[in-house]
Amino acid sequence: MTAAAALFAHELRLAFRSGGEMAQGLVFFLLALSLFPLGVGPGPATLERIGVGLIWVLALFAVTLTLERLYAEDARDGTLDLYGVSGLSFEVVALVKAASHWLTSGLLLVLFSPLICLLLGLPAAAYAAVPAVLLLGTPTLTLIGGIGAALLVQSRRGGLLLALIVLPLEIPVLIFGVSAIEGWVSGLGASAQLSILGAMLLGALALAPFATAAALRLALE
Amino acid sequence: MVDAEAAATTTLVRATGLACRRVGREIFRDIDLELRAGEALVLRGPNGSGKSSLLRVLAGLLEPAGGTFTLPAAADGGPGYHYIGHADPLKPGLTVEENLAFASALTGRGDVEAGLRAFGLGRLADAPARQLSSGQRRRLTLARLRAVTKPVWLLDEPAVGLDAANRGRLEALIDDHRRAGGAVLAATHGDIAIADAGLLDLGR
Repeated sequence: MTAAAALFAHELRLAFRSGGEMAQGLVFFLLALSLFPLGVGPGPATLERIGVGLIWVLALFAVTLTLERLYAEDARDGTLDLYGVSGLSFEVVALVKAASHWLTSGLLLVLFSPLICLLLGLPAAAYAAVPAVLLLGTPTLTLIGGIGAALLVQSRRGGLLLALIVLPLEIPVLIFGVSAIEGWVSGLGASAQLSILGAMLLGALALAPFATAAALRLALE
Repeated sequence: MVDAEAAATTTLVRATGLACRRVGREIFRDIDLELRAGEALVLRGPNGSGKSSLLRVLAGLLEPAGGTFTLPAAADGGPGYHYIGHADPLKPGLTVEENLAFASALTGRGDVEAGLRAFGLGRLADAPARQLSSGQRRRLTLARLRAVTKPVWLLDEPAVGLDAANRGRLEALIDDHRRAGGAVLAATHGDIAIADAGLLDLGR
């Protein structure tokens, strides 16, 4: 337990020590979003129509982009070997690293999402709906993406490949995430979609660490 | 620490018929070895003869193709061995002390300060690891040996990049460890002297 706590503190310290890297996902998210009004025109009707989908697609990209280095650095400098002889199982390593990664990437998107609703001129109900649904959905993105990051540990240019592997798996989160926000904002209710998002999170929590650990063990060979 | 006299007969490492193959190619087979408390075994052999693979198999990082081996467990249930590989698992953004504290916490409960002192790194404790020279990085990796007490040390070319003074420190550390009832299995090209060590030549 102390080793897991040490790993968690270590990961957070690394993230905060390189503050610029931590903010990269968020900056990408904000920058890409601010390009859309330029591209599709600033008409409030258009933005309101595509806003929710935009938020989810870009959240998907932002999380995937920042996941690339989740294990690559550890593999390069031998820290993966250190995990291997630490007595911590790779499943625990995967879970701890996913948790600390989400705290420094997905959670940032959640915290800044009301600002994004303002940028896109979304209706008042979205200010609660968007952060709440992102809160439920982004951890699943991190957990699924972690599998891809672990698989691509040895590949030199993993970024694009990671997106190709991971994005198809994340489509369900995108579909139900968008649908949950739209249901919530339109007043039709979103409990079904939220339940499915919750189920996906629980499923990913239970399964992703095992898949990630198997991929990391392969990387040791 | 185990009393050296009493522990002299304790077998710490035993392997029988170990075999390793990677990507279909046989690296080695029929390796038998036994290490008792206080003993040391030096692995020799040309590049590619399987010294690193043997150490990685024993460290549990590589699945053996055959054979069995046993290593002790630590008092807290974790692995009872240190494995020092080629790479220095250090994060450039963290300080020397933070790097060693992390490696120690991950592998056991350690005395970080003693580890730093063992390789003369106390003065650098607050320096970021990115400022270290390659020899200093090596010393920081090796400091884990002193910081966390483990009965068995698996060392893969531990002295690469060390100057004479620090090779001496490493030799002294290995001697102390063996006097205290530990065992050492090291792959070296003869750059450190390990007194009356057994020899296992993989280059047959």
